[in-house]
Amino acid sequence: MAEKYDAIVVGSGISGGWAAKELTERGLKVLLLERGRNVEHVKDYPTATTKTWEFPHRGRITNAMKERHPVQKRDYPYSEFAPDFWVDDLDCPYTEIKRFDWYRGFHVGGRSLMWGRQSYRWSPWDFESNKNDGHGADWPIRYEDLAKWYDYVETFAGISGSIEGLPQLPDGKFLPPMELNIVEKDVAARIKAKYEHRRMIIGRSANLTVEHNGRGSCQYRNLCSRGCQFGAYFSTQSATLPAALATGNLTLRPFSIVTEVTYDKDKKRAKGVRVIDAETMQSIEYEAKVVFLCASTLASTFILLNSVDSGSLPDGLGNTSGQLGRNLMDHHFRCGASGDVEGYEDKIAFGRRANGFYIPRYRNFFGDKREYLRGFGYQGGASREGWQREVAELSIGADLKNALQEPGKWTIGMTGFGEMLPYEDNRITLDKSKKDKWGQYVLAIDCEIKENEKKMRKDMINDAAEMLEASGVKNISTYDNGSYPGMAIHEMGTARMGNDPKTSVLNKWNQMHDVKNVFVTDGSCMTSASCQNPSLTYMALTARAAEYAVESLKKGDL
Amino acid sequence: MNRRELLQRASVLVSGSILGVDSLLAKNISWDDMEAELSAKGIGLFSKKQVQLLNEVADTIIPTTDTPGAKAAKTGQFIAVFVSDCYEPADQKRFLDGLVSLENDCKAKTGKNFMKCSVQERQSFLSELDVAQKAYQKSKKKEEPAHYFRTIKDLTLWGYFTSEIGATQALRFVEYPGKYTTVDYKKGDRNFGGY
Repeated sequence: MAEKYDAIVVGSGISGGWAAKELTERGLKVLLLERGRNVEHVKDYPTATTKTWEFPHRGRITNAMKERHPVQKRDYPYSEFAPDFWVDDLDCPYTEIKRFDWYRGFHVGGRSLMWGRQSYRWSPWDFESNKNDGHGADWPIRYEDLAKWYDYVETFAGISGSIEGLPQLPDGKFLPPMELNIVEKDVAARIKAKYEHRRMIIGRSANLTVEHNGRGSCQYRNLCSRGCQFGAYFSTQSATLPAALATGNLTLRPFSIVTEVTYDKDKKRAKGVRVIDAETMQSIEYEAKVVFLCASTLASTFILLNSVDSGSLPDGLGNTSGQLGRNLMDHHFRCGASGDVEGYEDKIAFGRRANGFYIPRYRNFFGDKREYLRGFGYQGGASREGWQREVAELSIGADLKNALQEPGKWTIGMTGFGEMLPYEDNRITLDKSKKDKWGQYVLAIDCEIKENEKKMRKDMINDAAEMLEASGVKNISTYDNGSYPGMAIHEMGTARMGNDPKTSVLNKWNQMHDVKNVFVTDGSCMTSASCQNPSLTYMALTARAAEYAVESLKKGDL
Repeated sequence: MNRRELLQRASVLVSGSILGVDSLLAKNISWDDMEAELSAKGIGLFSKKQVQLLNEVADTIIPTTDTPGAKAAKTGQFIAVFVSDCYEPADQKRFLDGLVSLENDCKAKTGKNFMKCSVQERQSFLSELDVAQKAYQKSKKKEEPAHYFRTIKDLTLWGYFTSEIGATQALRFVEYPGKYTTVDYKKGDRNFGGY
């Protein structure tokens, strides 16, 4: 007999942690399944206080590390500073029909431990974008449906930010904002004076600027992604998991790889899930009244595609629309501008702020009309140069050393984050020609940025340079380092929400049109990508869906 | 976690190194043990003499002033570990060839090995080499490898300013700043280190 629970939550990252918290606090007995190892708060952050010089390679990865991490090594997050939070790519390969950088962490907490913590609401305009320009399905919800849930998750998670009154970036329930430094403040003032609809504001971040809900405040070390012993940024471990455990209703099971949702085809309901124990390879079934898939955008859809009910569902569970796996999105970025700032030599920033400035989207808003759809925002910062700078007039010796012991000039830079349209042919499928370490099929990813994004990038570069120039910045240079999907680690879509079961996978409650007791509340539910960082929206959608699921259970509708 | 534990963790990661060399880390040798190791057979791909040469070159680039220099910060040991464990094989060869070029260039200029040169001779040789390096870097094609001395200098600066001595003495180290704000700075004040 399978063990039975009221609810099963698959995945323990940002979305899964929220689902576990909300469902247990409403009285459900919940099984939280995590495919990776357990990571205990503080105890399992082995490098949280390690000094740079205590790392043999000062943070860089070795050839041996590169060998098993051919994907993770492509960008900076995988480093010697906290290597254990990133997957072994050889154990769990995937097929890149086109290049897609898939950054993953298999452990309790998932990427909530390593995320960038930038936390922005989507605006009313974001939820109407598909409807207005006809790309993708219309969102089945509007900002008003989510506003109180943004309030709710911000209040619990602790988001620092400033009140700005911008229609394209709604304000929230913020903790005190972090500071812009003196150069950023002056540039922000010049941008505001020059452009009616452009604003440079302090980033909104899930770092606590004051103690909050028993968690400590940020110490400004900028070491977040190693895990924080103060619990000063939002993660499953610091916030949602303790709340869920406190109810006494939670069973957490690490090393539990969910391979499929089990299905009762007569009742058209999920029975539960099938799990492979990652350590023993044992196959186990669990049953529940309701299943929440929060395994991450690609992994949740993988589970659904792989849930074929011994052949009765050849296209996967909940896929009568044919949309499962389609409309994969990410943000495109890695282009912008930077330059030198004259003056301010008598000022320096104290502390290491794990945050920067943010310029919310202004393109194709406020009557502006570009030759592409949607828009972009910028993230950036100003700081004084360090020892890494080139001192052209000095060569070697005491003079060079003395110069490099002092800070250099101020510089400022910004990177655009652009919206990617939903395209049906940007999709994932099962690749049955390969298996992973646990004998499972792998995903094939076929995704690219297209003409709309490429046109947008020109503006992302030129606007950055233009704003810096208008702010008196000198020696401005632009850059475009190229952006492949996956790189922003904001993957979204593949099981989109929509009103029409013929064209969407999930309804307005993140509930599968086809299988009412399955909810998908991670990034796979997203119908469009906006240009703001998406995690806060996953939190709000998850909390909202959990309340709906519990109410439906109580009413006997599930 | 102390340093030894950390290195033991690191050793798990580097076990099965593709380098075909006896990695220091694979044997759980900490920085404190490096002196002993150095006195025996060198570090990774580097002989004892090569590490000593790296330390003397590094100490000429970053000498002891009112703060200790690169040799005191064991910059040579760091470079040997880093190049042995992290460089691609072709870059490792290029780096080791660079050390040979450095000795040859030094002999051509001074008639002596670098180790035999006086402090003044070392300074004058490396100053000239730095001028040559800068000129080469400007004229070379993007895909061409860097001048060997450019690489040595970059690794020296990085190794030094991220060492305990560099980060806490040459720079100001504040482990728990507790806030982020703009403060006054006057010329001559040390910069704040990273972490």
